[in-house]
Amino acid sequence: MSFDLDLDHRVGERRITLQCRTDAGLVALFAPSGAGKTSILNMVAGILTPDRGRIAVAGETLFDSAAGIDLPPERRRAGYVFQDGRLFPHKKVRANLLYGRHAEPPMPFEAVLDFLGIGHLLDRWPATLSGGEAQRVAIGRALLSGPRFLLMDEPLSSLDPSRREDILSVIERMKHDLAMPILYVSHDRAEVDRLADQIIPL
Amino acid sequence: MILSSEEWGVVLLSLQVSLVAVGLMLPFAFALAWLLARARFPGKLLIDAFVHLPLVVPPVVTGWLLLLLFGANGPLGGWLERTLGISLMFRWTGAALAAAIMAMPLMVRAMRLSIEGIDRRLELAARTLGAKPWRVFFTISLPLALPGILAGLVLGFARSIGEFGATITFVSDVPGETRTLPIAIYSALQVPGAETAVTRLAIVSVILSLAALVASEMLARRASGGRTNHVL
Repeated sequence: MSFDLDLDHRVGERRITLQCRTDAGLVALFAPSGAGKTSILNMVAGILTPDRGRIAVAGETLFDSAAGIDLPPERRRAGYVFQDGRLFPHKKVRANLLYGRHAEPPMPFEAVLDFLGIGHLLDRWPATLSGGEAQRVAIGRALLSGPRFLLMDEPLSSLDPSRREDILSVIERMKHDLAMPILYVSHDRAEVDRLADQIIPL
Repeated sequence: MILSSEEWGVVLLSLQVSLVAVGLMLPFAFALAWLLARARFPGKLLIDAFVHLPLVVPPVVTGWLLLLLFGANGPLGGWLERTLGISLMFRWTGAALAAAIMAMPLMVRAMRLSIEGIDRRLELAARTLGAKPWRVFFTISLPLALPGILAGLVLGFARSIGEFGATITFVSDVPGETRTLPIAIYSALQVPGAETAVTRLAIVSVILSLAALVASEMLARRASGGRTNHVL
């Protein structure tokens, strides 16, 4: 089982629920904007606590309200790629990449640089990167933190169309090479059709 | 412009008092700023008002309250004397305490603003990358709040250099001990024919204040510009 999710969370008037048990490698949550997709990723990452439910990824239970399990985010080993990149503005690219350095990342540092083509950016400040460059660094930072699974929140949405293809092919290769469960959120049908092994409409 | 050795003493004493005041207040001001920016608790409004009190109460009242609390017979003054052997009355240490209290509102305000300005999503991103809360604090929150902390220090320093009312009420005017720049200027004004001394000390005051303002401006620019200067 890659993702075993049973979530129930109320935000103000809105109720976000999701039941899914799947063994697919790349699972896409597909819904229009504002349907609570990001909230679901936040719950899996541990930075939002569901009112009730259970979250298990790749056989490890991260949250279970009935059993009183709630791992803090730093112990969940989620590689979270945020919609806006969310690089640390006061650290250069190298320090951003190494922030979550883990003893056994799926790929060594040099390999990640090659894979994402970001070796020439190491001494730059995040503010000087283009959208595509920043998103690739964000992916690299997530990979180097030694994740057990990846969460990707509309990683293409902040990019201009010419850069999208670039990141799309990176994600396709990641899916191939890493054999790591990926929970992917998007409101773009074509994107989801191309990447996903399983699509879950919300 | 040549200062007499006595006037140099006044300048050095002022610097000493202000540096100690700001250093003393730094941890308290930061803790208060953090509390006011991040915590939610009943009575927060009251603490907020209390922090700002020295800004709006007449300084002579603040000095008098210090006298009540920290005087030889005051509850805190007696305790300090007995347990730590620190005496504040008519001492430069008392001047530093008065300056610290008067600088507190400005320091807390500047620090609080910068803490509130931290993008909390960055802190959450750091957590997902495996950082425990204390590591997030030292590697993300604190560095991002640093410009405001430095601005608070400089503002507090400038305020301390200019502190007069609470100081003279609390620790009086003791040459070489509590006679800081403003108090020295005030004393010189009481003496006929000391106009040149007043002028010299006033010029020093203006120079010190200007230096503090320029320093704070430079810190602010460095903080905002440093991370984008490779763009061209």
